[in-house]
Amino acid sequence: MSYREIDLMKKILCLTLLCALLPSTSFATETPLINGANTAWILTATALVLFMTLPGLALFYGGLVKSRNVLSILMQCFAIAGISSVFWLAIGYSLSFNGDGAIIGNFSKALFNGVTEGSVSGDIPEPLFALFQMTFAVITPALIIGAFAERIKFSAVLLFTVLWLAFVYAPVTHWVWGGGWLQSMGLLDFAGGTVVHVTAGVAALVTAIMIGPRKSFVRGNTAPHNMTMTITGAGMLWVGWFGFNGGSALAANGDAAMAMLVTHISAATGALTWMFYEWKKYGKPTALGTVTGMVAGLGTITPASGSVGPAGALIIGLLAGIVCFNATLLIKQKYKIDDSLDVFPVHGVGGILGTFLVGIFASENLGVFSGQGFADGISSMAEQVGVQIVGIGSTFIYTAIVTYLIFKVVGMITNGVRVSEDEEAQGLDIVDHEERGYDL
Amino acid sequence: MKLITAVIKPFKLDDVRESLSEIGVYGLTVTEVKGFGRQKGHTELYRGAEYVVDFLPKVKIETAVSDERVDDAVEAIIKAANTSKIGDGKIFITNIEQTIRIRTGETGPDAL
Repeated sequence: MSYREIDLMKKILCLTLLCALLPSTSFATETPLINGANTAWILTATALVLFMTLPGLALFYGGLVKSRNVLSILMQCFAIAGISSVFWLAIGYSLSFNGDGAIIGNFSKALFNGVTEGSVSGDIPEPLFALFQMTFAVITPALIIGAFAERIKFSAVLLFTVLWLAFVYAPVTHWVWGGGWLQSMGLLDFAGGTVVHVTAGVAALVTAIMIGPRKSFVRGNTAPHNMTMTITGAGMLWVGWFGFNGGSALAANGDAAMAMLVTHISAATGALTWMFYEWKKYGKPTALGTVTGMVAGLGTITPASGSVGPAGALIIGLLAGIVCFNATLLIKQKYKIDDSLDVFPVHGVGGILGTFLVGIFASENLGVFSGQGFADGISSMAEQVGVQIVGIGSTFIYTAIVTYLIFKVVGMITNGVRVSEDEEAQGLDIVDHEERGYDL
Repeated sequence: MKLITAVIKPFKLDDVRESLSEIGVYGLTVTEVKGFGRQKGHTELYRGAEYVVDFLPKVKIETAVSDERVDDAVEAIIKAANTSKIGDGKIFITNIEQTIRIRTGETGPDAL
């Protein structure tokens, strides 16, 4: 064969291949395209959000309790990760994100029915979107355990988690993110100020009041057993939150970058504010205060992270430190409510504050403090703030009532949610799990 | 024979050990203990809540010496453990009825 002939054959071969490819090319335009960059980022963000619970929150909470209860906290976090994931697969995802109802979704995607390798949500694979949201459903009930730490039965935690996810988390997620009534109204909640932090915080307040204070709280002896563990976990929360807020853009773009930036600024400012405030008020800057301010800054920026700018985040972090600090004193010292690990004053109050403030700092007319604008169809700050207040109020009231009912039911089924006085003194590690966190 | 029991500040342990070695006292039992005396406890601050810690960490050392060496040993401990601040600790001296070295069966001052 001459060179010319070979060249001709090559051209023919190329044309044949091209023809063979053509039908599939035209077919591809009919199926939604998956964006590789966005997919890669959300895969990463999903891992970061799970990392917040395991082991971030587990260590953060674990260090704050007595050494006789440390394992019970770690264990509850792991068990909740398991049970919430299975719940999300079974009905949680479908109830939250499927269906056109204003209040709740439907069961058509139960057991991830129809969530296949090829199905798409936006421009990322639907299995990935469902998994990303699953990690949110894991951390939200895990946040609540700080309220009844050191005195609740393990069985009660498991039962409460399932019922609470079904009757509080899934509906509220649907209202805000799944096409429900608050989303239709134009509520700005980028990464879960209402869905995660207000629900978890209010549930913590209600359950803490219902279960009553720890014996050690009454005696005034609730100092943490391992601050090193707590601060290690807090560091993981800060890093993981990049996935929580940055991932909520559901894309690898400017929204994600800005969300991550404002998240970081608010965490830094919240930490510093609490530190200096405590230093001024009590004479010493404490490590626990600093990391608590950081978590407050992170919780508060969460709903706002998709709508505000860096300078706005500075103010949000500052206010988070001041408001959450005072809320903690108010709940624990003044009202003597043993929300043991301060879930409501830090997450609940932070979530409320952030959801409110996004109504202000989303505005494009605040100079350097401007954000990315109000929700579609909303033109004024007053209107946006109004919607935000409706979002906060409805989430607060609904969560409070339903959590109360659920905790009552759990109490009936488990013959009282609380362990006996002797068992409390002995510690949940031995009583609930027949293990010890430490054998030193 | 006397048993000298001293409760001292934990960070003074190395100084006391060296001081006792210098005068030829080589046997020492050390226990980490907690307690309070005139120093009382201290306060700790967690998220704005103050906790009073009643029992402070101390180190208890025990050493057995022959009668004629008691004064030297006590002096060595005092010299090393004294910071002139409240909370330096205390020394107790008690009689020992008998001492037996397990390996050899020796008794009395020879066993020290």
